[in-house]
Amino acid sequence: MTDLRKKSARGAIINVAGILLLVLIVFMLSVTMSDNDFRRKLVPIMWHLCIFILLGTSLNLIMGFLGQLTLGHMGFMGIGAYTAALTSLALERAGLFDTGTASPILMIAVMLGCCLLGALLAGIVSLLMGIPALRMRGDYLAIVTLGFGLIIENVISNLPFAGGNGLAEGSASSALYKTGLGFSTTLQAQYVYFPILLTIVSVAFMFMFISSKYGRAIKSIREDEIAANASGINATYYKILTFSISAFFAGLAGGLYAICTGSLSTASFSFASPSIWNSTFIVVLVVLGGMGSLTGSIIAAVGMYMLNYEIKNGKWVALMPQFLQNLFAFPMLIYALVLMVFIMFRPYGLMGTYEFSLRGLLFKKGEQAIGGDVK
Amino acid sequence: MTDFLQQVIVGLRIGSIYALIALGYTMVYGIIRLINFAHGEFIMVGGYTLFFTIPIFTDSFGLPAWLGVFVAIVVCAIVGILSELLAYRPVRKKGNRMTALITAIGMSLLLQNIAQAIPAMGPNPRVIAEDIFQAGSLDILGITTNRTAIFTIVIAAFVMIGLQLFIQKTKLGRAMRSVSENKAASTLVGINVNRTIVITFAIGAGLAAVGALMYCAQYRTVTNTMGSLLGLKAFVAAVLGGIGVIPGAMLGGMLIGLIEALVTAYISSSLANALVFLVLIIVLLLKPAGIMGKNVGEKV
Repeated sequence: MTDLRKKSARGAIINVAGILLLVLIVFMLSVTMSDNDFRRKLVPIMWHLCIFILLGTSLNLIMGFLGQLTLGHMGFMGIGAYTAALTSLALERAGLFDTGTASPILMIAVMLGCCLLGALLAGIVSLLMGIPALRMRGDYLAIVTLGFGLIIENVISNLPFAGGNGLAEGSASSALYKTGLGFSTTLQAQYVYFPILLTIVSVAFMFMFISSKYGRAIKSIREDEIAANASGINATYYKILTFSISAFFAGLAGGLYAICTGSLSTASFSFASPSIWNSTFIVVLVVLGGMGSLTGSIIAAVGMYMLNYEIKNGKWVALMPQFLQNLFAFPMLIYALVLMVFIMFRPYGLMGTYEFSLRGLLFKKGEQAIGGDVK
Repeated sequence: MTDFLQQVIVGLRIGSIYALIALGYTMVYGIIRLINFAHGEFIMVGGYTLFFTIPIFTDSFGLPAWLGVFVAIVVCAIVGILSELLAYRPVRKKGNRMTALITAIGMSLLLQNIAQAIPAMGPNPRVIAEDIFQAGSLDILGITTNRTAIFTIVIAAFVMIGLQLFIQKTKLGRAMRSVSENKAASTLVGINVNRTIVITFAIGAGLAAVGALMYCAQYRTVTNTMGSLLGLKAFVAAVLGGIGVIPGAMLGGMLIGLIEALVTAYISSSLANALVFLVLIIVLLLKPAGIMGKNVGEKV
């Protein structure tokens, strides 16, 4: 027992050290890089990466650990984004804060409040949807969630108060110009630690959730729902719980998206959206990272976002032969090819169900990583 | 009343397109339990083939424009077979159902973006100049409609009856039904499972080409993303009717078309998509296997 406690204490210290190291790296980058490189290029990437990591890991709770396929994840992100944007706009118009001049503590409180409100609303909506939808299984559940995603998008775009300039009559299918926050790159750089720390806390929560008794119940449902039911696990309860927690974090990601984006449009959360902001992209990300591996999702989120970014903006593209450059003008083409080749050679994703952990890396004495599965 | 009947005809016309596409989804799903996300892109391939062949047919040979559909069927069938052979089959051998689904999503993205990258197709919408069915307006019992709608409904009905006969009466159709029920047992009684799957893909893609003809006859524009929402709704139709059941796909397609037309006409055009999905969700909650699907108990 004491041995176990010592091990987990050591794990906690290592993890905190890892987080501090990450923050230190970001700080060093902000000092050493030129303002142009850091503020204009790196900071927006970091915000977006945090959003994708949140989306990927939260979807992995459903797909990897619960073993159900959902295709409407972006709908919950849309709820979070619109809630956060409209709340912040209302607060700003009420004169509670001003984006340019407010003190950092007030700004962080506003950001946190807006994000959490969006996340809560997404969680509540998913609860209401989950109760009927989770009676379905497999492909039927996928279609129902896809339908819910579309309905959310459709309802939001018909909300009269979400349209045009926000909180005004109109239709939200046109962009919501300037959300209350709508950070410029300068402000994004100033508050860059906010999404990073929020993401770390969220992912840590998900790890704890998965390695708790709830997590074990959820994994048993994935392995065999009937057997789980027979051994006294209330499968419906755990399914709805996981669904809501997943939607909560998707809503949180939506809040972050609303903070760093000047204008929101429901088209950007739509299923058929051609950009990388769509539900299928997140599903692909989870499968590539490995279903049942949160760290796999993180790695896949970073890898796929950077691939997409590099193809669009990388300097090395100009050095390639003309033929390849012509192809690179269509990044989604490359990305589809990479996806299909990858899935052909590693059908269980990058990590499978294995979890990467700093503790496991440092002390390789057969210690099982927290939350990792025995394959 | 005439207004209502007119909307019903519009609904049946859209519904026939959905039904034809839904048949492809349902056949492939029935046989390998895979939601073929690339099926919507087969429609797009059919649309572009029509765009290229129709001018050749009408201008050079003076043939009727709709004959282009036969070229489109062949091209679509080839694309369908290639995607099965090059992508789905290797993955099916190695991975599980989820990886197969991801491959389908990848295939869909690939086809969509290839079409975007080829300059002759391009990202801009292409317009088919020719009027495919030489449609004029038509008066039947006081209801004004056009020939395109009538042709669409009639052709779709013929294709569906033909398909039903093919599935029920021919040797190949019987092979398809048996593979969808049990692959291993089908192999034991001497059915070439892989060949049957390939043929299913070819037929499904061919039906998508016919659907593309109907779509182009009405809207005349071809874009590289035309298949995504069309395919999605057709898939909803297949699920609504009971996926894997061929008459179910027809019924589901017609229902979705009618709901969409009536909602657009009488409630709100911007809510049509949401209501279509709402109906689907309600039906699935009441009858989890779809309207005509059989509820199969799970084996323990």
